[in-house]
Amino acid sequence: MNPAFRVLSARALALALLLSVGASSSLAFQSMDDVRAAATARGLTTADLLAAAKTFTPSGMLDEYVMFSSGGHSGQVFAIGMPSMRLLKTIAVFTPEPWQGWGYGVGEEVMAGGDYGGEPVRWGDTHHPALSETAGDYDGQWLFINDKINARVGVIDLRDFEAKQIVKNPLTVSDHGGTFVTPNTEYVIEGGQYATPWGSAYAPLSEYKESYHGSVTLWKFDRRAGRIDRSKSFAMELPPYWQDLSDAGKGASDGWFFLNSINTEMATGGIESGNPPFEAGVSRNATDYLHIIDWKGAERVFQAGKADMIEGFPVISIKTAVAEGLIYLTPEPRSPHGVDVAPKGDFVVVSGKLDPHVTVYSTAKLKKAVAAKTFSGRDDWGIPILDFDAVVEAQVEVGLGPLHTQFGPEGYAYTSLFLDSAVARWTMGGSYGAGTPEPDWTLVHKTPVQYNVGHIGVAEGDTVSPDGKYLVAFNKWSVDRFLPPGPLLPQNFQLIDIANQGTSMPVIYDMPIGMGEPHYAQICKADKLNPWKVYPEVGWDPLHQRADLMAPKPGMERVTRNDEEGSVEVFMTAVRSHFKPEHVAVKVGDTITWRITNIERAVDATHGFAIPQYNINLSLEPGETATVEFTAHTAGTFPFYCSEFCSALHLEMVGYLLVEPTE
Amino acid sequence: MSSTLLQKVAGPRVDSDAMADDGLRYRLPYLLLLAARILILVSLFLPYWEMDLVAPQYPDNLHLTAYVNNLGGDVAEIDGLNHYIGMRPLGEAAQLERRYGVFALVGLVVMLEIAALVHRRWATLLILPGILFPAIFLLDLHLWMSHFGTNLDPYAPLSNSIEPFVPPILGVGEIGQFKTIAEPGTGLWLAIGASVVMLLALWFHRRAFRPLVIEAKSGAH
Repeated sequence: MNPAFRVLSARALALALLLSVGASSSLAFQSMDDVRAAATARGLTTADLLAAAKTFTPSGMLDEYVMFSSGGHSGQVFAIGMPSMRLLKTIAVFTPEPWQGWGYGVGEEVMAGGDYGGEPVRWGDTHHPALSETAGDYDGQWLFINDKINARVGVIDLRDFEAKQIVKNPLTVSDHGGTFVTPNTEYVIEGGQYATPWGSAYAPLSEYKESYHGSVTLWKFDRRAGRIDRSKSFAMELPPYWQDLSDAGKGASDGWFFLNSINTEMATGGIESGNPPFEAGVSRNATDYLHIIDWKGAERVFQAGKADMIEGFPVISIKTAVAEGLIYLTPEPRSPHGVDVAPKGDFVVVSGKLDPHVTVYSTAKLKKAVAAKTFSGRDDWGIPILDFDAVVEAQVEVGLGPLHTQFGPEGYAYTSLFLDSAVARWTMGGSYGAGTPEPDWTLVHKTPVQYNVGHIGVAEGDTVSPDGKYLVAFNKWSVDRFLPPGPLLPQNFQLIDIANQGTSMPVIYDMPIGMGEPHYAQICKADKLNPWKVYPEVGWDPLHQRADLMAPKPGMERVTRNDEEGSVEVFMTAVRSHFKPEHVAVKVGDTITWRITNIERAVDATHGFAIPQYNINLSLEPGETATVEFTAHTAGTFPFYCSEFCSALHLEMVGYLLVEPTE
Repeated sequence: MSSTLLQKVAGPRVDSDAMADDGLRYRLPYLLLLAARILILVSLFLPYWEMDLVAPQYPDNLHLTAYVNNLGGDVAEIDGLNHYIGMRPLGEAAQLERRYGVFALVGLVVMLEIAALVHRRWATLLILPGILFPAIFLLDLHLWMSHFGTNLDPYAPLSNSIEPFVPPILGVGEIGQFKTIAEPGTGLWLAIGASVVMLLALWFHRRAFRPLVIEAKSGAH
């Protein structure tokens, strides 16, 4: 090293040390005594401080995970940072959302994909998000979400966290067994819920068994197009058993998926006529049926043209499925909820919510029973029923009201207990047994949660390689956990630290959700996501994820009017702090095509564009272009403005739409 | 006759004996000028000047990079900010320089090539522009900065909250909420290096060829 440089670097080091002393001197008054004093003043325990240390995320520190949570009847998806449990974004899907302009100038085309018999349906009851997977692991590219109330599936592009497609299931009215993806996202699975006649046609309940159907739909996902390809999708007819949750096999069970059901009784309710209400009728039998379906076989049968067209959609009938050996049933404990495939695909865990056990099926035994035809009988549709004792690996008593199971990396499984209001940790056996100190197939610990837990989510806990570390209990009730905002209380997402083995799994954070009732969430390592910070180029069309050739660019701004047609085209740019042009004069009755581009390239330099009375509000992220078409139905003077505080002169980012009356 | 004219213009040639005797003495100026030419040509591809603009809302700073023929970095964002104070877009500055800068430098290189063949004092005239080039670059930059900073549009939104200013072309300055840090780029350092090499070349040129010129003059008398 050059001696002069050595002297210089020694000086630089001395300076750096001096600076760091200077920087820390501002914190010199703080010590652990101050921490103790602050904790005492607020009545915090050591456990509270430890929880804070594990979750507190100071300004500028980024979260390790992103949780994608269904938004329940908000019809949206929430992206939440973990472990801070801070809401990062509400992703608009089924429901209009003005901040993103969703339904107020953009998103109409996507939402229209979910229209129901030509009628717009503008809310959804989102339940189960599914991240796209490659080889059974999250790949951070796409997110799917179902809408239970109307049996629809949304596709979200994780490059910009925006919905790109909604498809309406033509066969079923409601869905629940979805969305779940096959290990390489070949298909997005959507199982129906409440049986109805095909396409929601009319049929009296007295014809339930003949006219009502269950179904499961396999939506083909075209990764390159970023869309579900309806032309390569198909469904399978199922008995009207009210199919519930589903999960795709992987590893040892690749090529299969599992779907449970709650109403093999085929109860039709009618409490008002003296019949048992649904809650009793549906729960009468000691067991319901786990459906075991060979989707790769079904795909071959579909491609061989053996599906029937129903409601314009290919459906493999039960008869064909049985003849081709695509479907099997096996008993599962009464009114099950979750069916969850273990990381290696070798076990399938079912929780009968009215049975204190989780029931663990071995996929090796399932395959063996299929091959050996170890049937205990057939149901009314001729579907073979695999003998329960031949396929069960273990039953573990975990507590009351078990619902859903997730997995950790060491061999622990976690099951939510609705009635116990707790989360159970239990050990798996087989090749997982060596990972945990406790004996196989035993309950290890129960952590109470506040209150009434539904689903749970473990970091990457439903993939081939669970991370563990964190578990979130998605609690339905919060009762006394937060200040009451009137009688409608928020749900409670509780973060549980599961990094340690054995009986240590404390609750370390409560997050209120005051925006609809979420169901399931998936938790993805943040470094798997690589979203854009600005759109790739100025004039970007986010719906099609490509440059829009018609996008207004600087220097091309103009307003043109075709007098004969009474049509006006606006080419507008937005940049801090003005729109160009600022005056748009039209005549009442004109049809207006308003194109606008945010020409900014700076991160976060989003502009809004809002026109009063016309119900228009756009969010234009840097580079984004949007086109709104509307009729100037009302004469008058309408100051349009930027609805996103963009700059010191944001208030001045305004223009006038002048709609001149005729005569 | 023609060789006399050539000698008059380009100076006396080195005979083969002298070359064999002390080849390095005569080759050194040529080699140094070759090195200067290479440094200048390489510098064309490297940034000549860089400025960082530091402000709270830009955690990664804004960055401006000037090449001989190009402006790089966050030009659009800086222009966007400058419009508030009524400064003209940066792209309007030094258009001539950027258009012809590369040709001018290639011209300098050609002049250096010729200078290497001229064994008389006037070779200095061919080398001098090359030596001065870094200073010319900085002076030109300063003049444009002053011109842009002191000719702000009086109707700009923030025209009355920012006084006309000249940001320092080297070192630290302050404009509004921005701290500016400007420093020479690698290309300018190479050009400065080339200037030093050219000064050395001149010294060795004089050492090698001045005795030949004096000798030739005395021979002619």
